[in-house]
Amino acid sequence: MSAALSFRDLKVWFGEGRDHVMAVKGATFEVARGESFGLVGESGSGKSTIMRALTGLAPDWSGEMAVDSRPVPQGPKRDAAFYKKVQMVFQDPYASLHPRHSIDQVLSETLKLHGYTDIERRIEKLLSDVGLGPAFRFRYPHQLSGGQRQRVAIARALAPEPEILLLDEPTSALDVSVQAEILNLLSDLRSEHDLTFLMVSHNLSVVAHMCSQSAVMQQGEIVELLTTEDLRRHAARHPYTQRLLRAAEGYVRDEDAAGGAEAVA
Amino acid sequence: MTELLDVQNLRVTFPTNQGLFEAVRGVSFKLGRERLGIVGESGSGKSMTGRAILRLIRKPGAVAADHIKLDGEDLLPMTEKQMRAVRGKRISMVMQDPKFSLNPVMRVGEQIMEAYRLHSRATKSEARRRALEMLEAVSIRDPERVFRAYPHELSGGMGQRIMIAMMLIPNPELLIADEPTSALDVSVQGQVLNIMDKLVRERGMGLIFISHDLNLVAQFCDRVLIMYAGRVVETCEAGRLHEARHPYTRGLLNSMPRIDTPKDRLEVLKRDPAWREAPSVGPDESREVTA
Amino acid sequence: MSVTGETPQMSWRDWLLTDTPASRRHARAASFYKGWLRFRTNSLAMVGLGILVLLLLIAAFAPWLAPHDPIAQDLGKRLLPLGTPGHLLGTDSLGRDILSRLIFGARVTLYIVVLVALVAPIVGLLMGTIAGYAGGWTDTVLMRITDIFLAFPRLVLALAFVAALGAGIENAVLAISLTAWPPYARIARAETLTIRNSDYISAVRLQGARPMRIITRHIWPLCISSLIVRVTLDMAGIILAAAGLGFLGLGAQPPMPEWGAMISDGRRFILDHWWVATMPGLAIFVVSLGFNLLGDGLRDVLDPKAEK
Repeated sequence: MSAALSFRDLKVWFGEGRDHVMAVKGATFEVARGESFGLVGESGSGKSTIMRALTGLAPDWSGEMAVDSRPVPQGPKRDAAFYKKVQMVFQDPYASLHPRHSIDQVLSETLKLHGYTDIERRIEKLLSDVGLGPAFRFRYPHQLSGGQRQRVAIARALAPEPEILLLDEPTSALDVSVQAEILNLLSDLRSEHDLTFLMVSHNLSVVAHMCSQSAVMQQGEIVELLTTEDLRRHAARHPYTQRLLRAAEGYVRDEDAAGGAEAVA
Repeated sequence: MTELLDVQNLRVTFPTNQGLFEAVRGVSFKLGRERLGIVGESGSGKSMTGRAILRLIRKPGAVAADHIKLDGEDLLPMTEKQMRAVRGKRISMVMQDPKFSLNPVMRVGEQIMEAYRLHSRATKSEARRRALEMLEAVSIRDPERVFRAYPHELSGGMGQRIMIAMMLIPNPELLIADEPTSALDVSVQGQVLNIMDKLVRERGMGLIFISHDLNLVAQFCDRVLIMYAGRVVETCEAGRLHEARHPYTRGLLNSMPRIDTPKDRLEVLKRDPAWREAPSVGPDESREVTA
Repeated sequence: MSVTGETPQMSWRDWLLTDTPASRRHARAASFYKGWLRFRTNSLAMVGLGILVLLLLIAAFAPWLAPHDPIAQDLGKRLLPLGTPGHLLGTDSLGRDILSRLIFGARVTLYIVVLVALVAPIVGLLMGTIAGYAGGWTDTVLMRITDIFLAFPRLVLALAFVAALGAGIENAVLAISLTAWPPYARIARAETLTIRNSDYISAVRLQGARPMRIITRHIWPLCISSLIVRVTLDMAGIILAAAGLGFLGLGAQPPMPEWGAMISDGRRFILDHWWVATMPGLAIFVVSLGFNLLGDGLRDVLDPKAEK
């Protein structure tokens, strides 16, 4: 069985000469069809860069990337078939929607670009798929809340009926209650449309909830690949993963600090 | 009275095309030398509450209250000039992102010195000594180097520690921290919180910690106010936040995914319009709950 | 105006202020109306708008407003002072009524302004956004061309163009446009550089959109507002440049009543008959001021950064 996504010794860099930065230093992993795979790490670990290299937004890379065993070409260009198969949801819904385009414009433009003609029907279907009523259709992004915007961004990604969805921290800019709604929506869409997810997050609990397997990244390298069962059992081997797990438990006051704290009120 | 801060019936309003928008609607609380957490989602009015205490709401927004007393002295009737003496010297504020709060074209050391000299008539060398001390106090290993650095040369965690240093150098009585660690990575978050905790405790300051992160507030603070739609819906002891009764608080707690307990679907918060209308929980009722 | 208009007006207002528009047209009308409400709060900008609307009306109704033929000469009535019956603003050296000439001059001024405002920003927008979006060699070449244009003083360059193309109002407009676009290209490029790497541009790229489509559909709408603001602020300068060319005899040719040329005519008598040069000068001043005030107000409304 072939993997939906495969990465072999992927290196991604930015800049040249003095500004040269190696953002990803040889990442190798596979995402099976229908699986939900998590990339975990802190800012600057290169987790989003992998997605950007795959989609052509980060053009300088070496190694091999393949979608359904079809190798991805070098450079920023991808063919129409690629964009029909692979779509991406960005981190910040406040930045990923054009401020001057109404929801209707966003979706109809996307549908036109993919060569659909029954645009009216599809817009209505997409909006209802992501849980937005037809009343939202002609609004502008500034008239929507963060969660609603992210729903629009998801609808846009779903427009070409992709098989693989890349999720770049899809809920980190949202409130927890909205995060729950969006994560539920994503799970529903995954089972309805047989989607494969590659999800980037700094939040271990979100990854544990959404994904069955994840790669932990630190400074451009994958330090550990582990299943969600391992995560739940805290069975991480690498010290960095262990540290992340501890941090995810929440804040623990310093030993000496715990003593003197007394409420005066 | 031992209250450091006593806020009664605080309101913040903004005029819009559709009429008056009330961002904060009658919030009352009292604060001793303790760590008070204010939690809520975006738009709940938590940040506005923090800014309103310092009267930092920009026009055409307006602040109204029965009183905002700092050590028994009402801040509301003060002139802008008097307020400037309060800000920084008696109440300091740490904002979310150090990138936007530090002046990018000024060396870090000079900014800290300026913060100090603004409120005390110290000589340059005295201010420099204090600034270096303060950098050390926020666990910066090489204070001399950081003193000469520009903000862009520093990491986010470092920047936030410098902000804390800057805000604490005039020795304020109250520190308001508005999402001080939200822009930081989890591993750095802990460090910054520890430093803040230590300094606040050593100097006997009051702390208002504004955050969207319930777990963090539960673990870091002594007491918590939960805000919704500009009102306080519940207040409780931080350690007992997980026993909170209000459906909103419960909903927030349950909507978070947890590593150790897998769920197929996350619980979704169902908002009851009645929460919006219920009056704010006052400071006296809170005492009942904490008792 | 009527009393019965009150009720539908209220519902119109609600219809325009809704957050849930029902169609494309409705949405556009609503956002336009909200912009207008914001603009209306700036009283100085309203003054600017008023001046320009007045200019527009004067230009449109010039033949009915003007008391005399603007080019009819009457040497017996030359250089009459202000307030002469029948010649409110006096007459010039050839006995032409200054008020009538000013009124007809509004047409010429508008003509220049509209043409320059169409040509210069569009050329600038095209150059700037392509340079900014493409980057690399394209950027270097286009921007060096821009720099060459920017290196000459505007009026000198315009003079050179007019000298090459021949004197006349169309050539003056062309010359001014050719010298006015480089600043717009610079602005458009700077805007494009900040927009280029934003997530919403990445998102359309991931839909397979071609660069030209991204530039015209996604980048232009965001650059246009700052350009409109800049154009209105520059309008004063453009009117003055046109007046300057007219003054030097290279713009509008006699007997066309162009304000700059009128000042030039009046220059010879400025000590004894000051009004001949002053009246068109005042007209230029007022219209320039109008554009500046309008530009300031538009900046508050259109600047996307001011929007929340």
